[in-house]
Amino acid sequence: MTPRKKRTIFIVGGLALVGAAVGLVLFALKNNVSLYFTPTQVYKKEVPENRSFRIGGLVEKGSLERDKDGLTVRFRITDTTNTMKVVYVGILPDLFKEGKGVVAEGKLEDGNTFHASEVLAKHDENYMPPEAADAIKKAKAAKAEAAQSSNGAPAAYSVTK
Amino acid sequence: MIPEIGNFALIVALFLSILQGALPIIGAARNNSVLMGTARPIAVAQFLIVTVAIVCLVHAFVSNDFSVLYVAQHSNSQLPIQYRVAALWGGHEGSLLLWTFILTIWTVAVAAFSRHLPQEMLSRVIGVMGLISTGFLLFMLLTSNPFDRLLPAAMDGQDLNPLLQDPGLVAHPPMLYMGYVGFSVAFSFALSALLGGKLDSTWARWSRPWTTVAWVFLTVGIALGSMWAYYELGWGGWWFWDPVENASFMPWLAGTALIHSLAVTEKRAAFKSWTVLLAIAAFSLSLLGTFLVRSGVLTSVHAFATDPKRGIFILTFLVVVIGSSLLLFAWRAPKIGLGGKFDLISRESMLLSNNVLLAVACASVFLGTLYPLFMDALGFGKLSVGPPYFNTVFVPLMAPLVMMMGLGPIARWKHATLPDIWLRIRWALVASMVIAVLLPLVMGEWTPLIALGILLAAWVVITTVLDLRKRIAGSGDLVQRLKTPSRSYYGMQLAHLGIAVFIIGVTMVKGYETERDVRMDVGDTVEAGGYQFRFDGVIDVPGPNYTASQGRVVVSKNGKVVTQLFPEKRTYSVTGMPMTEASIEPGFTRDLYVSLGEPIPGTTAWAVRVYIKPFVDWIWFGCLMMAIGGGLSISDRRYRIHARKAQTVATGGELLKEKTA
Repeated sequence: MTPRKKRTIFIVGGLALVGAAVGLVLFALKNNVSLYFTPTQVYKKEVPENRSFRIGGLVEKGSLERDKDGLTVRFRITDTTNTMKVVYVGILPDLFKEGKGVVAEGKLEDGNTFHASEVLAKHDENYMPPEAADAIKKAKAAKAEAAQSSNGAPAAYSVTK
Repeated sequence: MIPEIGNFALIVALFLSILQGALPIIGAARNNSVLMGTARPIAVAQFLIVTVAIVCLVHAFVSNDFSVLYVAQHSNSQLPIQYRVAALWGGHEGSLLLWTFILTIWTVAVAAFSRHLPQEMLSRVIGVMGLISTGFLLFMLLTSNPFDRLLPAAMDGQDLNPLLQDPGLVAHPPMLYMGYVGFSVAFSFALSALLGGKLDSTWARWSRPWTTVAWVFLTVGIALGSMWAYYELGWGGWWFWDPVENASFMPWLAGTALIHSLAVTEKRAAFKSWTVLLAIAAFSLSLLGTFLVRSGVLTSVHAFATDPKRGIFILTFLVVVIGSSLLLFAWRAPKIGLGGKFDLISRESMLLSNNVLLAVACASVFLGTLYPLFMDALGFGKLSVGPPYFNTVFVPLMAPLVMMMGLGPIARWKHATLPDIWLRIRWALVASMVIAVLLPLVMGEWTPLIALGILLAAWVVITTVLDLRKRIAGSGDLVQRLKTPSRSYYGMQLAHLGIAVFIIGVTMVKGYETERDVRMDVGDTVEAGGYQFRFDGVIDVPGPNYTASQGRVVVSKNGKVVTQLFPEKRTYSVTGMPMTEASIEPGFTRDLYVSLGEPIPGTTAWAVRVYIKPFVDWIWFGCLMMAIGGGLSISDRRYRIHARKAQTVATGGELLKEKTA
């Protein structure tokens, strides 16, 4: 085998391998990136159907209920403008609390209930997941805008329900 | 007063580090041995002065000096003493100080153990390490000083995050940092070889043991972190592909590639440019890891915006380090030459594929970890890349790598033939395939992934044994024959067997674990994996700085009591933070794992997690074997006697190059 031929094989082999790896990475990214939405976006029906995504916000105060089996929990996530119902079966993380930030991953089923496969509430007491903080910020900005356009009418009423 | 001494020590250390970065390198360039002679004393002086600084900070923690902001943020007077010391590395500023301290330890170690190096080389290595130290000290003094005062002083501290109050986490960061910073030695060796324009197998022989030691520490550090996650986070996972974990995994992948390419550079004088690039990459990723984890960028890109000074410094520092070393590489690399030639089928080409696969794996982790960050920074919205991405990418990349691992040690250097290799491995291949098909059937469930895992593990074990048998073949005393292969050979094979053990652990846990989340009232029994778990209720138990609800679970099998488990739910009094403390009965073939969820209101019942984790301890045992293998290989004779032989080896390397050219 001539050195030149050998080099060609090395280069072609290397490129093929890297190419396959790039393809694999792109394929994996396409299928496994979970997008993140706010309760307001869910309310406006901007979310994908039959696909898992994440929502973030605060656990609404007084919304936590437990079924008799002790493991099914229902609560509402709010971005202070809109709320959405969440059902989760399993043990909640240590730092899950009413009024605190939370991020849940799951699917929207029967139109308005979010079936969470995972509930995240990490880090310390005062920490707000960035997604949750972002949701509240967006909702407040929307309110402020609405308030301006309707000449200072109380925005909270005009946007919710 | 003492914090001011610490602060002053940092300033002195900064000046020393600038001297250490300048004088020896200038001396080496001008061939001035007086200037080069300053390298060692300055390195020792810097080590001593940074030690003073770290002692001052420890003193502030132990004596509860809450007029120091960092102490007030990360400690509390109720905190047990060992955690007050460990709180030193519980936050950003202290971690940086620990990093710098470890860097000075490595520098002094290089100065002490490399007396046989040519003076030029040693001066350059210590000089480059001085420059790195300058960067860190500047960063600390300008943006993240651990000695900043809090006036008026706080009455009491905000306490260390309860998650970190654990023996595993006391040891984890220093181990990890020993690894991160250890790669700075390989990096400095590479840069000084580029500066001096001399890159041969002697250079590889010098930097190999240092790189391996760093890799051993990193391996242990990552394993400790994973163990901690397993028993402390309370839900039995051992790896989450969390960005923080990935940050330590990327340098590990690059470092593993580096160890293998250094072997080729030492033995065959090949891959020289590539080895230098890997050394630069491993250290750059270590820097990235340090900053990613502690600067808060991962939780939010906006952490940069809230403290722009830090962010800009980090970016500048990374650009300077990576940019200047790559520039130096581009300028000098053409002089290095490519080194020994080899055939398409040879041990070199297999190690080359090993390197390509590891580099690609590292790149895919990099992409998955930073993709959300880039998207967010560019305003494309928030998204997250979860474990499924990493699993999808990793299995197809690692499977050929592990198959190659069985072939590499068998193949000859320079030129091997396929028929020869085939002749030696065909039975190994058949045997591991049979095991992979049959064993899962015996275990009760057959899936392609379980079979693949078992195939890989069996393959590594069988080829290792075959290769060992060949190497000790012959007649005579077995003990004598076992002494024929070198220690570095045994080290390598032990590390490879560690991978096999690790794979068995991962496969078994993934394939056969039983996880049950159940509601349990006092006296209730639940069945999982052939064991009965009886819940005996919960009592209150006070701790030093927390109160715990401690449950009792009696585990029995076939009517016989196996063990009692005492999982806890703790509430830390200062932060009010709840913490789940799992209770585990470890075993050779399985762990019994119980943790408390939450009490169910209005009843005496609790939500309880009951897990059976088969072979889970093998995961960390495999890592330990890899680490011991690394240790064994650097205790090889040739590194201990290299002082005497350095000269002859250098000429030997040249000869080899001429012969193969």
